[in-house]
Amino acid sequence: MRRWIRRKGKHGKRSGDKRLPLVTYLEAIRQALLEEMERDPAVVLLGEDIGVYGGAFKVTAGLLERFGWERVIDTPISETAIIGAAAGMSYLGLRPVAEMQFIDFIACAFNQVTNYVAKSHYLRGAPVPMVIRGPAGGGVHGGAFHSANPEMYFVHTPGLKVVYPATAYDAKGLLKSAIRDNNPVLFFEHKLLYRRVKEEVPSEEYLVPLGKAVIRRPGRDLTIVTYAAMVHASLEAAEQLAGEGLEIEVVDLRTLLPLDRETVLESVRRTNKLLVVHEDTRTGGIAGEIAALVSEAAFDDLDGPIRRVTSLDTPVPFSPPLEEHFLPNAARIAAAARDLAHY
Amino acid sequence: MAVDVVMPQMGESIFEGTITKWLKKLGDKVERDEPLFEISTDKVDAEIPAPAAGVLREIKVAEGQTVPVKTVVAVIDAANADSSVSPRTPAPESVPASVSASVSKQPPATAQTCPAEKAVEAAFEPRSAAAASPAPAQRGNGQAIRSSPFVRRMAREKNIDLAAVRGTGTGGRISKSDILAAISSTAAPSAQPSAGAVGPGPHVLLEAAVPRERIYFGHYQVQPMSVMRQRIAEHMVLSKRVSPHVYSIDEADMTHVAQLRAAAKIEFEKRNETKLTFMPFFVRACAEALRAFPLVNASVDGANVVLHGEINIGIAVALEAGLIVPVVKNAGEKKFVALQRSINDLAERARGKKLKPEEVQESTFSITNPGIFGGLLGLPVINQPNAAILAIGAIQKRPVVIDDAIAIRSLVYLVLSYDHRIVDGAIAHQFMGQVKRRLETWDEEIL
Repeated sequence: MRRWIRRKGKHGKRSGDKRLPLVTYLEAIRQALLEEMERDPAVVLLGEDIGVYGGAFKVTAGLLERFGWERVIDTPISETAIIGAAAGMSYLGLRPVAEMQFIDFIACAFNQVTNYVAKSHYLRGAPVPMVIRGPAGGGVHGGAFHSANPEMYFVHTPGLKVVYPATAYDAKGLLKSAIRDNNPVLFFEHKLLYRRVKEEVPSEEYLVPLGKAVIRRPGRDLTIVTYAAMVHASLEAAEQLAGEGLEIEVVDLRTLLPLDRETVLESVRRTNKLLVVHEDTRTGGIAGEIAALVSEAAFDDLDGPIRRVTSLDTPVPFSPPLEEHFLPNAARIAAAARDLAHY
Repeated sequence: MAVDVVMPQMGESIFEGTITKWLKKLGDKVERDEPLFEISTDKVDAEIPAPAAGVLREIKVAEGQTVPVKTVVAVIDAANADSSVSPRTPAPESVPASVSASVSKQPPATAQTCPAEKAVEAAFEPRSAAAASPAPAQRGNGQAIRSSPFVRRMAREKNIDLAAVRGTGTGGRISKSDILAAISSTAAPSAQPSAGAVGPGPHVLLEAAVPRERIYFGHYQVQPMSVMRQRIAEHMVLSKRVSPHVYSIDEADMTHVAQLRAAAKIEFEKRNETKLTFMPFFVRACAEALRAFPLVNASVDGANVVLHGEINIGIAVALEAGLIVPVVKNAGEKKFVALQRSINDLAERARGKKLKPEEVQESTFSITNPGIFGGLLGLPVINQPNAAILAIGAIQKRPVVIDDAIAIRSLVYLVLSYDHRIVDGAIAHQFMGQVKRRLETWDEEIL
């Protein structure tokens, strides 16, 4: 169900296309799945309600009709079974993409993921070229079981890769790369961005490499390192601060594991101040890891303390005002950045 | 039962202490509250009493060692108080004379080449934790000038003396823009010779003016500095480097005050049970002059002058192997007798190592008295973060011209050493004039 939205104005042309279509983050993911399944018959999908229903968010709508029940598999409600079966499938030469209906439920399959999938190649020489994907993140009044950001459990597990895009372009390009990667990749999709982010996405084939961050907004006075929905909040904060004469650089990590140290360090060496922003809760979030490695590698380039803006250390509240208080937002990010810039 | 003896916390911001002397040795009986050991900390030296009666069973921290507060430094066996040597004796046991000889100062040095370094490292380690607050810079420890790692690296690479750079960051720290401005405006090389310095940046204390080998020749004896001495040394270097010292010398006729004192001395001491000295006269005169010239009662923080509301006058007291500056708080508001009493009490407790940490803090002006050792006058070093310090010379009878005739009067040289960043000559001389006038026309009741 593609919708072509004509956008008047400035964007550049690609060969063959008059104007690039505007595609939502969700649609970009669907396109990636469709294109990879067409390209490689080994790619199969499995998950709860992905086939007949088309997925809880409609990410996989139309794919069962296109590829048949052997390649788009509706599973029982058992995350352990989904991951375990996917691992088995990959041993047999398939390239499964397993969906967690809400990424929160991956906790049920924690053993499968961390003890089997992650260690399979290391212990047995048996690679597991699978992708685990699912909607993550809050801000939609989903409550404590439907708003998780569990990325750090898996960033902490050697043997995995963890990806968390912020834009439709990246979502498509990174998912394709993840499917082609022979390592197990956790692909987090931010549910708030599913339909709220819409941008031009080339219809020609392209890939976005894993393990590379990107500078979303160049700056001079301070670097914000962030990912997923917080990239947009940070850009909004940066716009606000530009009006005050502060030029804030925003780095989108895109991949959390392996972390692109070089881009982060290079940015901090230029601006000399670092603010890490993530929607994940404070304690044990990736900000601590980034602060440590910047302090180790670039201490003499720091003109101020490394600070962070994160969610509070509580489960995600259900009550909307509480959830708003729990999450970071552009105003809070701007205040923290302003404060640090003036340190 | 075993009772732990711990390193006490002598003040809110004090995190470690150095054992300077064990007053008891292993196996000695101790009474509860009997002095057990002496310590030296950032702010005060003190005698620490035993927490319980018993026998000193274990000494865990030797003299010269520095440990964090709450560290167990010894163990007293409280249950065995009546066993071992002799049956229970009610009288406190006198400490044998050999104690001081056997528990002598052990030189911490191993190799002769690095005598003071280990102690310096230990003394300086956690102190930077206190410097993390955004409040005005803490003076007197290793880093008096606040900046950042990046700024310090730039200063090193471009040979810039941070003391000469204006800080406009939080709390007056030198920020990235400040150091970049300093680099682009001028490439002023540091005037400090760093030959013989150790480590990436010369530490104030370890900075040597000549290569270290040139100090060691012939017969010599190496004496590691006490913690107090190290702190004095670094404070002096820092004070001279940070404040441009200028001196204003004046002479006051103390004849009137001397007569007053001579007449009232016996009665004063009988009534108030405390000696009548010259010091309160000077303190009072200074306090009044400070009120009239608030710039002399100030501190400097980056580009800000901090005018202090209180007048707290520090009075330097010479100690056995150093000096300490206890502070008379609100010196302008105390009655004369109270002032004298406070001065005497602080001096006595300073010599007895019984000062509390808050009694050596928060001075706004200082007075030193080299005259008692016979000096005509002295040119003192400013006690940071004050703006000035007054040195009082010896009070001597000298011939002087009055109304075209020669008279013999008791005169004293007064030297005001002041920080020319904020105090100019005009203010300094007027201040001194006021002090002098007050002393020469003293009319306050002293009894």
